[in-house]
Amino acid sequence: MTLSRGGLWILRAAGIGILAYAVFGPLANLLIWSFAEAWFWPNKLPSQWGFRFWDYVFRPTGRAMEALTLSLLIAMLTVALSLAVAVPAGYALARGRLPWRPIIMLAFLLPQAFPSLPVYINVARIFYGFGLNGTVTGVVLVHASHGLVFAVWIATAAFAAIDRELEHAARNLGASALRTFLTVTLPLATPGLIASAIFVFLESLDEFTGSFFVGAPEVRTLPLEMFTASMGGNYQISSITALILLVPSIAFMLVVERFLKGEVLAKVGA
Amino acid sequence: MIASSRILPLLLVAPALAIVALLFVYPLGYSIATAFQDRGGAWTLANFVTAWSFYGRDVGFSALIVLLSTALVGAVAVAIGGYLVLGTTRWAVAALAWLYRWPLFVPFIIAAQCMRTFLAKNGLMNNSLIAAGLMPPEAAQGFLDWRGIVITFVWKQAPFATLMVAGAMAALDRGTIDAARNLGASRLRILLEIVVPQVRPTLMVALILSCVTMMSVLSVPLMLSGQSPTMMTVQMAYRINQHGDYGVANALGLISYLMTALVAWVYLRETLRERAA
Repeated sequence: MTLSRGGLWILRAAGIGILAYAVFGPLANLLIWSFAEAWFWPNKLPSQWGFRFWDYVFRPTGRAMEALTLSLLIAMLTVALSLAVAVPAGYALARGRLPWRPIIMLAFLLPQAFPSLPVYINVARIFYGFGLNGTVTGVVLVHASHGLVFAVWIATAAFAAIDRELEHAARNLGASALRTFLTVTLPLATPGLIASAIFVFLESLDEFTGSFFVGAPEVRTLPLEMFTASMGGNYQISSITALILLVPSIAFMLVVERFLKGEVLAKVGA
Repeated sequence: MIASSRILPLLLVAPALAIVALLFVYPLGYSIATAFQDRGGAWTLANFVTAWSFYGRDVGFSALIVLLSTALVGAVAVAIGGYLVLGTTRWAVAALAWLYRWPLFVPFIIAAQCMRTFLAKNGLMNNSLIAAGLMPPEAAQGFLDWRGIVITFVWKQAPFATLMVAGAMAALDRGTIDAARNLGASRLRILLEIVVPQVRPTLMVALILSCVTMMSVLSVPLMLSGQSPTMMTVQMAYRINQHGDYGVANALGLISYLMTALVAWVYLRETLRERAA
């Protein structure tokens, strides 16, 4: 069976159209809800549009603003902790002669190989004994334990992708090992490290399950607030909160290839 | 210098390893041990009996949902990746490459919120299909049940698998593809018989990671389906929050570890057999 050129064109356009509808339809519904002041059945679209709920969410004293500040703080602390341990680890895994290297790499794979929810339940139980439940420290530790894995993988790949000759040249010219690392290796690895930092930041900002067990109800991050609003049937508040969380996710999706180059991606897991 | 030292690399890795050990390996072991203990700490299998008799249906439900979603994620990834590599219509390839990745970093909880409104009986999906004249109003039905969970999982996870698979496909040697094309093979045949077998390892890794991720998502089943049976994650949270029952929750947790371990084992066995052959 052969289709005419016009028929094929229509078929392709229809396929792309259906995919676009599937991708953007759910996001469009979120956007519509955030501006809907009144939307009752059987209306197909809101009967009243406006910014009333945006005002409500963005009030300086509003709970959402407080939650956003808290979420940003937790995400930044998580990035700081994750990178502080992942950069040395990544460097050692890429450059050092490590005994049992495959086993150590496997250890950094573990958190991805098991469903994390039952682990979070038990982290919460252990934290309870140390008074870490319901504290920012506890939530940061949980987020870091998960974000760390990505950070180590990407940092290892970023260091492994650097040409060793450049480091040898610096050493031959008399630079110390530390100076070579700080002035040659680290700057070259920076794009990869930035990518891993953004990754960890997003993971933490969007994290729900761990915060739900370890943080709630004392530590109210933005995803927890969104969940509460949604389960309470307050779709405007939850949609606006979701949109706030979406901005960094979409922004990263658009720029990810600028930071994560093909040659670094090819070394992930190697 | 790091290349010659034996101690320094270990010292550099130690803090990261310590965090994984304390915040992952220890709680993991703790959860496995607690699954076999009653509230007094005595060893027992009672938790598994309770878990199975109360939540056996939820275990089966979770397995079916995750398997179906994983299969669909794989199909979407191969279809989109295949078109990106073999497609000859430049605008369609470019549009597809731009389109597919939008949900990539959308967190599950936001995907759940989107779908909760989109897939509802009076949601945007039904409303727009009716308004476009593609569906009679009386045919409208809500998808907020197992179907909603599967749709949300595929919507969120397919871009990730596609990104990995399309990357692997793009790195393939074009020689065999061009040769097959010159011999007159159809594009579908090239995709299934030449391209997919070569990217199989990447595809399997993407699917296993997706499978494990979907096994531990709490927000999607909570927000999309209030019905029974539901996913095991919901029941684990329920045992903890309502009953403080760590034994049964951890028994369910152990069952979910075993389910993902089974998937990984099947994959490993197959790779080993392939290497031996």
